Amino acid sequence: MISLSQFLVFGAILFSISVAGIFLNRKNILVLLMAIELMLLAVNVNFIAFSHFLGDINGQVFVFFVLTVAAAEAAIGLAILVTLFRNRRTINVEDLTEMKG
Amino acid sequence: MEKIYLIIALSPLIGALVAGLFGKQIGRAGAHWVTNIGVGISFILSLYAFYMHVWGGLPTYDATVYTWAATDAFHFDIGFMVDRLTVLMMVVVTGVSLMVHIYTIGYMADDPGYQRFFSYISLFTFSMLMLVMANNLLQLFFGWEAVGLVSYLLIGFWYKKETAIFANLKAFIVNRVGDFGFLLGIAAVLMYANTLDYATFFERLPALASVKVEYWPGVEWSLPTVIAILLFIGAMGKSAQVPLHVWLPDSMEGPTPISALIHAATMVTAGIFMVARFSPLFELSDAALSFIMVIGAITALFMGLLGIVQNDIKRVIAYSTLSQLGYMTVALGASAYSAAIFHLMTHAFFKALLFLAAGSVIIAMHHEQDIRKMGGLWKYMPVTFVTFLIGSLALIGFPGTSGFFSKDSIIMAVHASQLPGATFAYWAVLLGVFVTAFYTFRLFFLVFFGKERMDAHTRSHLHESPKVVTVPLILLSIPALLVGFFAIDPLLFSDFFEQAIVVMPGHDAMTHLREHYHGALAMMEHSLSSSVFWLAIAGVALSAVMYLLMPGTLPALFAKVFAWPKRILDGAYGFDDFNNAVFGGGSRLLGRGLWRIGDVRLIDGLMVNGTAGVIGATSMQWRKLQTGYLYHYAFVMILGLIGLMTWIVFLR
Amino acid sequence: MTLYQFLFYVFASSAVISAIRVVTVKNPVHAALFLVLTFFTTALTWILMEAEFLGIVLLLVYVGAVMVLFLFVVMMLDINLAPLREGFVRNLPVGVFVALVMVVELGLIVGSHAFGLANYPAPTPAAVGTSNTLALGSVLYTEYVYPFEIAAFILLVSIVSAIALAHRKREGALYQNIDAQVKVNRGDRIRVVKMASSTPVESEADDDTSKLSGRKAP
Repeated sequence: MISLSQFLVFGAILFSISVAGIFLNRKNILVLLMAIELMLLAVNVNFIAFSHFLGDINGQVFVFFVLTVAAAEAAIGLAILVTLFRNRRTINVEDLTEMKG
Repeated sequence: MEKIYLIIALSPLIGALVAGLFGKQIGRAGAHWVTNIGVGISFILSLYAFYMHVWGGLPTYDATVYTWAATDAFHFDIGFMVDRLTVLMMVVVTGVSLMVHIYTIGYMADDPGYQRFFSYISLFTFSMLMLVMANNLLQLFFGWEAVGLVSYLLIGFWYKKETAIFANLKAFIVNRVGDFGFLLGIAAVLMYANTLDYATFFERLPALASVKVEYWPGVEWSLPTVIAILLFIGAMGKSAQVPLHVWLPDSMEGPTPISALIHAATMVTAGIFMVARFSPLFELSDAALSFIMVIGAITALFMGLLGIVQNDIKRVIAYSTLSQLGYMTVALGASAYSAAIFHLMTHAFFKALLFLAAGSVIIAMHHEQDIRKMGGLWKYMPVTFVTFLIGSLALIGFPGTSGFFSKDSIIMAVHASQLPGATFAYWAVLLGVFVTAFYTFRLFFLVFFGKERMDAHTRSHLHESPKVVTVPLILLSIPALLVGFFAIDPLLFSDFFEQAIVVMPGHDAMTHLREHYHGALAMMEHSLSSSVFWLAIAGVALSAVMYLLMPGTLPALFAKVFAWPKRILDGAYGFDDFNNAVFGGGSRLLGRGLWRIGDVRLIDGLMVNGTAGVIGATSMQWRKLQTGYLYHYAFVMILGLIGLMTWIVFLR
Repeated sequence: MTLYQFLFYVFASSAVISAIRVVTVKNPVHAALFLVLTFFTTALTWILMEAEFLGIVLLLVYVGAVMVLFLFVVMMLDINLAPLREGFVRNLPVGVFVALVMVVELGLIVGSHAFGLANYPAPTPAAVGTSNTLALGSVLYTEYVYPFEIAAFILLVSIVSAIALAHRKREGALYQNIDAQVKVNRGDRIRVVKMASSTPVESEADDDTSKLSGRKAP
């Protein structure tokens, strides 16, 4: 059988990949958003794995809420991205220095 | 009776509130009606209370009306303590106040601040009533501060006048000095007696009599002396005793009714009343009584001397007030509390009379107050002339007038006193009689007799003041003339005040007086052969010679001969200069120092700007960490995460 | 190797590989598509763990809606990709190193010594006919009803804000303003002008002639 630790390692790998993704694609907001989605997915895997092995449905409820918030975040993030691109013609993080003192 | 007391105290307040807050709506007539009726009710009910207490056999009323605040240990109450001392004060306060209210209708007729003025004087009456009717120190202090506040407002009533603003600030600040002592005294009472209530405090006094306090190592003071002197410092401020007297002459910047109300009849007597009220406390301390007597004697003589060189009609009377207050204080020091209160009462009448008559003169002179520009007014203003004469006679203690009885009693009481300083006080008050007579009649002669020195325009308009002014004068001249003759017997020599005033067996100057007293008429008769009477006559005579017979030459000659003393008197002994230089200058210097070093350098420089500077400089370094790049933050976060995990895996 | 294990390894490895592709491919469209694949395979592993409802929801909502939104945005925006790839190669060693360290350390934490079968034995499979949806719903609508409402509200807010952010007022487009149409009154439309029946024309004529003459003069 597959043990809990195997599921957790699977989540850990996904998480690490998304961390690496943030490093590698640090200029592309679009991919950054995707990496964040990936990160949330990795966390969700952990939740479900624990829920399954502990026999506790509450973990799945948390996943449900995480999905909700992630969807909202993706929607707003993309909306900001669209507005940004419309105004600046770029999604390069390095060009967005308005707030820099 | 409680309701009656409440109405007495509150009806002037209601009048003040209505006139003050709704002055525009009710108009000028409305304002003076509502306040006059308020004070009138108060006066009539005071008379009733007086009657009930003196002849109706009503016992002393002492009860709490309202609890303002309660803590674990103390109650802060509003309550009334009404005994014979209180009712006497109530009648005097409301009576004089009523006269002043009526008089004000005429005096302030053209003033734009009419309603405001009525509101203030009614409020003042209320404050004074709260002060005298209090049954605890907190309420006394409330009344004390309230009269101080209202006097501040009233002295600065003409707030566009620079000198008035200066004078009201001065009055307020000088009173503050006295109040500081007073507050400390109250605090001491609360600390040692654990109560603010008069009755309870007096009950606990015997236990406190032998308590010693040591503020400096090696110097022990008896507690009653400390409390008594602290409280008396408050009285010195309010009753304008040397050296806290400087505000009173300046307070003449206010309208004349105020001078009559505050600086003659009521506010300045608060200190005298307070000491009399606390006679059980003051009796415990010979040192405090001596102190009081010496201070009073200095005030009585030296402030009187200043009256000689003044040329402002109101300032002369103001200095006479100071001197008379000194007399009262001396009487307090000699344990002749009843004589002090007696003089307080007669003085209230004749001094209010004098002020109001002076006001009448001022109206006629078109607000000219310099007596050098007056003269010969007697034929233009007969009523004012006669009433002023009555007031002057009472002031110098002419036999038969009210002032005679009270002042003579005081002089005799001081003579009988055995305390240290009594001899000095006796000579001071005796000389004071001469001085008083001299400056009073100097004023009188300069104003009403001699050449008419005013300009032609003023002279053509000279006429007697309207009824609303003269009626209070006449009404006040009756008690000024007669109250002494009828009141001396019951007030001084028949245990009028009962338990309200306590005198120790060792201090009983009044008993001594009683032995030599054989009725008012006999006292008058006897006085004809006493030094007091002849000193007064000498003073009058000297002033008559100087200002009636030889007005052209003699005053100038005197001024030349006594040039040096005159210079001192003109400078009022340099109290003002001293205060300005030392306290004013000192505090300005201190303030500037604090501003330059404390504020600019320390607070602004070091603390405010310094903090900002340090934060700014630190931030300039720290902001280099904040690149604004998301991946830098993510990198740091992940480094932290890795660090945390490393700790969990390897180090835990 | 049981079928269960086999399926897990297939799904997990394809999820990991496609996740790596998400962060490494040049074209964002491809990245989004790989992300879809990652989500899909991960959803399958969830179903392996008897979280059928969430697996389906992940597919329907995430892959069906959110990822499509991503693709839509990616394709809509005309992005110049070259500058965005700058530093990719330079950062690659650091990124890989960090990722490896994290994987190793996380593996050490959640490894089989802590969460192995010995500690957490595999749960007995749910009986046939057990409804994961029912179980989730019975908790969600009772115990979590309040957070559920809040989550709904958050979604509403995000819809509103996304529209508010992305909405653009077009210049020159013609709209019907119904408020103004309803509120209009006669005075806004018609102005009655009083005119004299005969107008003094001569002075104007004079002016005209003078102008004319002035024009002629030079």
